[in-house]
Amino acid sequence: MSVHLQVLIVVIPLLAAPLLVLLRGATAPWALATAVSWSVLAIALWLVAEVQVHGQLSYALGGWAAPWGIEYRLDAANAMVQLLVAMVAAVVLPYARLSAGREVDPEQQPGMYAAMMLLLAGLLGISATGDAFNVFVFLEISSLSTYTLIALGRDRRALTSAFRYLIMGTIGATFFLIGVGLLYALTGTLNMADLAERLPAVASTRTAHTAAAFLVVGICLKLALFPLHLWLPNAYTYAPSAVTALVAATATKVAAYVLIRFLYTIFGIHFSFGELPLSQILMVLAVIGMLVASAVAIRQPDAKRLLAYSSIAQVGYITLGLALGSVLGLTAALLHMFNHALMKGALFMALGCIAWRVGSTRVDQLKGLGRDMPWTMAAFVVGGLSLIGVPLTVGFISKWYLILAALEQGWWVLIAAIVISSLMAVVYIWRIVEIAWFQQSESRDHTREVPLGLLLPTWLLALANLWFGIDTRLTIGIADQAARALIGSAP
Amino acid sequence: MIPELALYNYWIVIALMMVGLYTVISRGNLVKKLVGLNIFQTAVFFLYISLGFVLEGAAPILTEGVEVYSNPLPHVLILTAIVVGVATTALGLALVLRIKEAYGTVDEDQLQRMDNEA
Amino acid sequence: MHDSLILRVVAKFLIPVIVLFGLYVVFHGKLGPGGAFQAGVILASALIVHMLVFGPDETRRVAPVAVLRGLAAVGVLLYGGTGLISLALGANYLDYNPIGSTPVSGQYFGILLVEIGVCITVASTMALLALLFAERVRT
Repeated sequence: MSVHLQVLIVVIPLLAAPLLVLLRGATAPWALATAVSWSVLAIALWLVAEVQVHGQLSYALGGWAAPWGIEYRLDAANAMVQLLVAMVAAVVLPYARLSAGREVDPEQQPGMYAAMMLLLAGLLGISATGDAFNVFVFLEISSLSTYTLIALGRDRRALTSAFRYLIMGTIGATFFLIGVGLLYALTGTLNMADLAERLPAVASTRTAHTAAAFLVVGICLKLALFPLHLWLPNAYTYAPSAVTALVAATATKVAAYVLIRFLYTIFGIHFSFGELPLSQILMVLAVIGMLVASAVAIRQPDAKRLLAYSSIAQVGYITLGLALGSVLGLTAALLHMFNHALMKGALFMALGCIAWRVGSTRVDQLKGLGRDMPWTMAAFVVGGLSLIGVPLTVGFISKWYLILAALEQGWWVLIAAIVISSLMAVVYIWRIVEIAWFQQSESRDHTREVPLGLLLPTWLLALANLWFGIDTRLTIGIADQAARALIGSAP
Repeated sequence: MIPELALYNYWIVIALMMVGLYTVISRGNLVKKLVGLNIFQTAVFFLYISLGFVLEGAAPILTEGVEVYSNPLPHVLILTAIVVGVATTALGLALVLRIKEAYGTVDEDQLQRMDNEA
Repeated sequence: MHDSLILRVVAKFLIPVIVLFGLYVVFHGKLGPGGAFQAGVILASALIVHMLVFGPDETRRVAPVAVLRGLAAVGVLLYGGTGLISLALGANYLDYNPIGSTPVSGQYFGILLVEIGVCITVASTMALLALLFAERVRT
């Protein structure tokens, strides 16, 4: 049975979604969705262990051999992405019972859990598959469920932001579709490994260049790389808290994985960074994104929006790492994908706790919360320190690798940009910390700490920030293995 | 015929794509944006269908005495994309409906103004 | 809604024919042109014609929203369940070969199950969309 786990990790949440639609009430769907997310986590852990032993796993869907059939192919890179998606989901779903219980209408809750399962299936499917067109299908499954989830927010602006995301996301996905179509026209295959084999022969044609352009722009829209990030701040701000935590921690990371997969595995490093000037383009956009988004984040009146802008800056770090085109840079990008999921998950969940108690996440509403809700705010601070990149947190590890990678190629400007952007992170995190701890609220009576049902999942992720910041064997080991395999210098 | 025009279907695809994309960007009415998005997607469907064309190929159904068939794979792929497009349109229209209920308008400029005031 | 005798009589003749044609397309799909998506939409169009002629309230009595919603989920489960059957029989996911006594009959029954599942889901989802939109716009 264990050979089938590679496909079951996608099928279980996919089939859980229609089952959830058939259920009534709020508790039963929640229990089923949580059970599914935990079993998915167990499978993801098993697959990571398998990949570390075997290097690569392949599964022929329907028994049709690759390259004719659809192949699911797992190596260290996508096993890591699956693990991060499963980890975040396994923590957010228990949290959703109380958080979404207050923020989402009861009759919409079975549908919300179904959409969450579809999102999970889509994201895991993108990372499971070895077929370029299959990526499009799963991309749209995850995107459509994300639009639905965002629209569940109580504020009516959730609707407009979901609509804007739908327009931009669909344009991005259609661009992706055009790119895949051109690749198919050029090579006659959709299997990623097969594409990688056949593309070098036709690499200098105009079709190949056009395909690459469409694919990169399409993926970057999903990735929210500056200047294609416009959908993100509103979408994250007005979605229900549990949804924001789930989407913010996973969706952009999976898009980053798709970008890595296409640039490194399918096009190959010589085409992406030699034949096309993608390295320079992505690097410039990443640096501008890091600086501009961090600067904008400082002045935001809403803490959720502040973190949303910070996410755009973090996407910049990831893109910077992968644009360096070296083993070290790619390791940094993969590490930061994983680590950013942990920190943003913890931060957005802490904000969700605040929203549950206070009813708002506006910065001026946070006054005095350090005393009233010490545990929630402590989790926020752990996440914040990690975001800044303080030693002993995961944020430090990935930024350290990123700086090493930049140093390796003598890019002093990049190091300066990373440091400046981190300093700006200090400013915006400190702004919240200061208001929460050193100012007293005049308008609000003392509030109490949130119940354990919210606190426990939040702290699990916060502790993961510390755990993976101290014990780095798993993350660095697998990121290094993945980077070497992707660049093709695997032993 | 002029060689550039021999592949006229691709020119049509490009023209449709631009019409769709321009509509999405330039129109303020959310329904018209969705219409533009549909035209844009349809252009891509045509692109895929054109890819499957084989000169003098028959419909891809096993028939005696026929050697050359059109490539059915792009058609199957695009069937999936059409279904995705239907789902996107349905979801988009549902959102427009709820925006209309919540704001009383579906014009982007007015929505923007109302959001800024809030 | 304006009531028209001609429309009602024509619809009563038309709807069975549409349904029959939809069923023909789904069962013919594995032999020739046709398939579950098209068939599903054709079947849904029967309900939509019904809705346009007799009004959404009457259609809701024939096909309640809760039933359609359930059917949409059941169709997906039928599709995915077919894959799980192949897993249980020791083959890869969605490998239909072991479902029948020979690979050929396995493929035949496997694809038929999947097509029926898709058809149910597409038909009920399309009808559901039309019904819900009609109701929402009216109020």
